[in-house]
Amino acid sequence: MSNVRAHSAVLGYGGQAVLSGLELSVEAGRSVCVLGPNGGGKTTLFRALTGDLAPLAGTLSVAGRPAYVAQTDRTRLDFPVSALDVALMGTLAAGRWWLPSRRTQRRTAFDSLARVGLGDVADAAFGELSGGQRQRVLIARALVQDARVVLLDEPLAGVDPASAERITSLFAELRAEGRTVLVSTHDVDSAAAFDLVLCLNGRQIAFDSPAKALSRSTLEQTYGSEIVVIEHGDRQIRAVTAKHHEH
Amino acid sequence: MDLLDTLLDPWRSGIDRRALLEVTLLGIACGALSFWIVAFRLSYPAESLAHGLLPGLVVAALLGIPLLVGAGAGVGVATAAVALAARDERIGADTATAVVVTGMFGLGALLALSPDAPARLGDLLFGDPLGVTDTDLAAAAGLIAVGGPLLLALHRPLCAVAFDPGTACSLGISAGLARAAVLGLLATALAVAVQGLGTLLVLAVLIAPAAAVGRHARSPGRAMGASAAIAVGAGIVGIYASAGLGTAAGASVALVLCLSVALSVVARRLGRGGRRRVWLAQAGRAFDGEP
Repeated sequence: MSNVRAHSAVLGYGGQAVLSGLELSVEAGRSVCVLGPNGGGKTTLFRALTGDLAPLAGTLSVAGRPAYVAQTDRTRLDFPVSALDVALMGTLAAGRWWLPSRRTQRRTAFDSLARVGLGDVADAAFGELSGGQRQRVLIARALVQDARVVLLDEPLAGVDPASAERITSLFAELRAEGRTVLVSTHDVDSAAAFDLVLCLNGRQIAFDSPAKALSRSTLEQTYGSEIVVIEHGDRQIRAVTAKHHEH
Repeated sequence: MDLLDTLLDPWRSGIDRRALLEVTLLGIACGALSFWIVAFRLSYPAESLAHGLLPGLVVAALLGIPLLVGAGAGVGVATAAVALAARDERIGADTATAVVVTGMFGLGALLALSPDAPARLGDLLFGDPLGVTDTDLAAAAGLIAVGGPLLLALHRPLCAVAFDPGTACSLGISAGLARAAVLGLLATALAVAVQGLGTLLVLAVLIAPAAAVGRHARSPGRAMGASAAIAVGAGIVGIYASAGLGTAAGASVALVLCLSVALSVVARRLGRGGRRRVWLAQAGRAFDGEP
């Protein structure tokens, strides 16, 4: 059963296409690594999948309402909320937003924080946590949503190694639970660990298994001059030279 | 006894009692709302609407209808005019807002300075808490009665959107609607509060309390409570200062509100300096090999 499906989808803003030719079908329990350069359309795809952006053409469908973990720099660090308050925001997806949160919901939020290894800082102010801890709190909020599709935008960017390890192991746990996980990243080498790789650069360049999608020609079409391939003995290390921004 | 008499004097006078009641009611409603105005970064739109509603107030004074009705209509027209002007992308939202608001403020001043205008321009610009009527007090109480439950019901969605607007959609919340709800409450509060504080000074009670609380609060609920307490306290101190020093009541209240922001900034800097001194002392001890 497909949790994410796109057919000839064109996405963009104000009638201007940013991403075209999307042909996708992702089943439950599969993970997808979304690769692409700055402005290639990764964030635009995620915004469309959350329903924030309607396709300009074609169709795009998602099973249920996906949970979205944006980059931590999109959050307000000066807003007075604790880690538990942030995780509790995930309960809004269940509706009844006008009622105060129930004890069972607080329990669920706390359990999600504990699952990402932050049960001991539940009462800490979100803005006072480290970058890696903040990222994990946002993932806890997504876990509370109990969504069939989880979208993570650059979840490992700028996080400490301990947080990165915890987050990576969560991908496998979410897949084992039958959820579909889409992760955008600039780390080309980490893409091999996913079930599928989606390469974007204004259009869909490739959507296939890592073995087929991570070819030199596909990556050159995806990143152009931004990709650097370093020969290291019998191993190739691929790196992207530019930093990420929105699109 | 003298001090007690001084403190009780304003409550014995009907005029001062009304003024104290008005600033207390407005302080509760506008103080709590100020947290969301600042959290949603609506300070500039708030200033624009406050200035843009002047023609509505003047027309109400000319026609002899309640100023509250004029203020409400003025806010509505100002909002629509700003929204229409901002649609032209060649001009840009900020420029369009500035031009429309200045134009409306000029129109209001023109009307107020005409020989037929019964109300003094000064009262409309700077307000007069000492001149509030029973209707004004009822409107301020109504603002609490309606705005309080609304803020309570909207609390969780407003928190989610103010904290992370980009994720609101995936939580089933419209960031645009949340912002519109705060703007609607802001417009209503402006229409009510402008009676006491005028179009130029009303902003003090809608921005300064939250600015004074700043990062001192640990939760949105506490920030709203602290903002309301600061607004009420500053309002009462302002009325007392006005009675004692013979200064204009509206301006006194606005000045005390702004003073509370300055005090908050100083307190924060002193606190940060204190923490830095503690950290330096700890670092020094560590360097010296002490525990």
